[in-house]
Amino acid sequence: MTTLAERPPAAPAPEPVEDRSSVWASKWAWAAVVVAVWVVVWRFTDGVDTLARPVRESTDLFDRLSQFRNDVLASRDTNPVVQATYAVGQWFVDTTDWLSRMLAVPDFPRPVPQVGWLGVLAAATWLGYAVANLRIALLVAASFATFGLLGYWSDALDLLIVTFVAVLLAVLIGLPLAVYYGTGGRVGVGMMTSLLDLLQTMPTFVYLGPIVLFFGIGSSAAVVCTLAYALPPIIRIAGHGIRNVSTTTIEATDSSGQTARQRLLKVQLPMARATIVVGLNQTIMAALSMATLAAYVDGPGLGKPVLRALTRNDVGGAFVPGMLIVLMAVMLDRTTTAASRRAEIAARGGDDPRLRRLVLGGGLVGVLVAVWLSRQQLWAAQFPESDLGGRIADAVDSAFGWITSTFDGLTGALKDSVSTVLLNPLQSLLADSPWYVTGLALVAIAYVVGRRRGAVAAVVCLTLIVLLDLWHSAMLTLTMVLVATLLVMVLALVFGVWMARSRAVDLVLRPVLDAGQTIPPFVYLIPVLALFDPTRFTAIVASVVYAAPVAIKLVADGISAVSPSTLEASRSTGCTTWQEIFKVQLPMARSSLVLATNQGLLYVLSMVVIGGLVGAGALGYDVVLGFSRSEEWGKGAAAGLTIVLLGVLIDRVCRSAADVPKDIAGARTRTLLRSKVPVGGSPKSGLI
Amino acid sequence: MRNQRNRAARLASVSAVAVLTLAACGSGGSISEETAANEEKAASSGDCGEVNMAVNPWVGYEADAYVFGAVAEQEYGCTMNYKDLKEDVSWQGFGTGEVDVVIEDWGHPDLEDKFFAEKGDGSAMEVGPIGNVGVIGWFVPPWLAKEHPDILDWNNLNKYAKDFATSESGGKGQFLGADPSYVQFDEAIVSNLGLDFKVVFSGSEAASITAFQKAEENKEFLIGYFYEPQWLFADIDLQRVALPEYTDGCQDDPAKVACDYPETDLNKIASTSWMEEDGPAQKLLQSFSWTNDDQNLVAKYISEDGMSPEDAAAKWVEDNPDKVAAWTQS
Repeated sequence: MTTLAERPPAAPAPEPVEDRSSVWASKWAWAAVVVAVWVVVWRFTDGVDTLARPVRESTDLFDRLSQFRNDVLASRDTNPVVQATYAVGQWFVDTTDWLSRMLAVPDFPRPVPQVGWLGVLAAATWLGYAVANLRIALLVAASFATFGLLGYWSDALDLLIVTFVAVLLAVLIGLPLAVYYGTGGRVGVGMMTSLLDLLQTMPTFVYLGPIVLFFGIGSSAAVVCTLAYALPPIIRIAGHGIRNVSTTTIEATDSSGQTARQRLLKVQLPMARATIVVGLNQTIMAALSMATLAAYVDGPGLGKPVLRALTRNDVGGAFVPGMLIVLMAVMLDRTTTAASRRAEIAARGGDDPRLRRLVLGGGLVGVLVAVWLSRQQLWAAQFPESDLGGRIADAVDSAFGWITSTFDGLTGALKDSVSTVLLNPLQSLLADSPWYVTGLALVAIAYVVGRRRGAVAAVVCLTLIVLLDLWHSAMLTLTMVLVATLLVMVLALVFGVWMARSRAVDLVLRPVLDAGQTIPPFVYLIPVLALFDPTRFTAIVASVVYAAPVAIKLVADGISAVSPSTLEASRSTGCTTWQEIFKVQLPMARSSLVLATNQGLLYVLSMVVIGGLVGAGALGYDVVLGFSRSEEWGKGAAAGLTIVLLGVLIDRVCRSAADVPKDIAGARTRTLLRSKVPVGGSPKSGLI
Repeated sequence: MRNQRNRAARLASVSAVAVLTLAACGSGGSISEETAANEEKAASSGDCGEVNMAVNPWVGYEADAYVFGAVAEQEYGCTMNYKDLKEDVSWQGFGTGEVDVVIEDWGHPDLEDKFFAEKGDGSAMEVGPIGNVGVIGWFVPPWLAKEHPDILDWNNLNKYAKDFATSESGGKGQFLGADPSYVQFDEAIVSNLGLDFKVVFSGSEAASITAFQKAEENKEFLIGYFYEPQWLFADIDLQRVALPEYTDGCQDDPAKVACDYPETDLNKIASTSWMEEDGPAQKLLQSFSWTNDDQNLVAKYISEDGMSPEDAAAKWVEDNPDKVAAWTQS
């Protein structure tokens, strides 16, 4: 399997790793044997029983699924469930609408919102200082000013409002579930894990239509789909934190005779607080990543101008609001992190309360004046117009024009060579072999790398994929996912090692990686299309842009964590730089490499739907088709489930392959949290 | 610590009260003047109320929707709510009152079955043609039509198949299929006409447009599914390839299609209960009709000149008082 290709060469390595290396060498050899046999069989059976079918053809299964949806739709006037959810949706609409008229859009008959930009900016800045510190306050002020200066004040505030409502709900619903997730029994937690996997890997386009059916169009659908996607991180991460409170602490306090309730409230929750904040942070990031998708069902916010620009092929026009989403993500990320740190300092009494109170009190007066002014004066209510946003958009347009015209030949050659050398052969093998041959070969490889657990996962997932009628599309998608992950890991190794070895590189690259991870892919769809045409390779490029940052960060963090004394020791024996990298740092960071591969794969998988929008066809196209034409919804749903199954398959095989012992698992999680990755699942058809 | 928390709570409540007081007494300055003016206008304008206009995601549609909206606001004081939605979601909204109008419909037999009175729940109804004619077909970039005029006849396509090959088409010629939102029979047409082509789906309108722009600029071979009216034609005059002529019923069985796409009269669709209100907005919708050239002009203002849809519509309305008068007087 391609994921293994990234492993450092199994050359003699420092002591602790040696016997594992030989295990891997033999796994490698077996995998090679399987592939060799597969290639031979493929030579004779090419094109037989591939289960390929025309892209726009339906099957009984798809029709039945569509019919089910139609039945729900037809019953909506009498169906009590729809009535109840619709009432909830109406409440979301009312709430967001009221907040929006207060802060973002004109509250008729007023020509402006109740509180204008000056008041909002002042209040937000004050809040930044109140929950964190002066630096955060300045960051918040600068961010809000940028929203206005670039001409997207209302859209930015609308996005903040929807995010706020969805995150609030996610916390209210998620924390109790997290407590259960952290303290519950094996069976219940196992079921919940599957459900969270499903929520995190199922493409949004599959459930966006049904959400509209149950909750209505606009901000209600936006809140619900954001909630569905933002809920899993807080449950997972907070639950993880609660479960990992040290057993000795719990035993010690239990021995003093505490009740279960006391244990939860006085020991587990306080001790897991830092992790819970990380969960909250991830929930906010996930919520923002839904901005553009929510705009497909009239969800208010910055996603709207991005999608509108897309209908006009306006690269600069999509870039500016897209970067504002990135800015908002950075602002919220830094604020929540700093807030949790401050709360810790305050709890330890390491703060000067008098000075803070003085500043807060004085600031409050300023805020009140600003609010008052922004209700009275037009200049303080309506952000002054500026053409800065337009000028930036024009500059981006001309830069984009220059890049496409200059690099066109180069990018074409790159596309063609990757397609002929990697994509086409792998695709032939996976998709043009008879389905049972490919299936057997995949199970055999899963057995070689993951033993019994890997093989069982492969058998179950592949069987379900065959039953969902989309085998051939699934294999096309799997090919692209594997090639993209290969490229992601090449980049991760090169840049990860470089970042870990040079602080300057780290400083320069990190913000770029953050942006790559948070910018909505819709912003760079047209640039990659112009460079690479509507092709499978374009889809691969888009997913690499999105997945490489996570993998690079994980590799860099893993290598930085190799203890300096080990490095000193290796240096004293006269290692060269290359020997140091390949014989010490990479082997010692092995668990990070496995994790990076796993996360890279899942992130790539989450871009399959975007791939469908840029000519990659396969499962991504089917999902978009299901969203665009309701009579094809069944096909879209089947494709969505197939994507989930591919994700589960890849994840389980990787995990059983890594087979990390308990103590390493602990270290793994720490890396995971530090690098801010949604745990265990992919983010999704989309963003962040 | 407790003391500190109390103080924080007190601070918060004091500030809340202060904000509320200030919020309540806000008045004076030009904001209040504009508020008064708005109130007056709302009182004097007729009984149009709100119009929930779906805005499907293409520029030509935006042109229709915002020109209709500009007239409705200006003449009858309607309040327009524009909702950015795809077709299927828009039609779902008729029954719940979230959507009143879909102003440019390219024909959705499946949705008509679900929502028209004959077979479905009757929440939607046809209001009549909008005057625009949709032309769907196979198109090539103009440079290609000029250099190889015979390419505009499908009989000659196989001669050029090799030139259309790409990394995606597996040795055959590539035919660029379109955004999944549209009805497409290209896979069937290719196989039933015995063409040596493979349909590769672009997956989105943005992808198709970018591909045609690039093909014209770099003089590359490209053939694909496209349609008019579309703002791209102001930029690049794509040329249509003639397929066997459309006859009634030749597209009834999707697997056996071997003919061209028909020209479609684009329709206005509205919510049945909304139409029953029969106010000025409903009358305007019934009489609203314009040509492809009109729509293309407004679409050009939006896509080429970078105007906002509101400004583009206002400009057209101002420049065409006679056409607007024809809608409002009938």
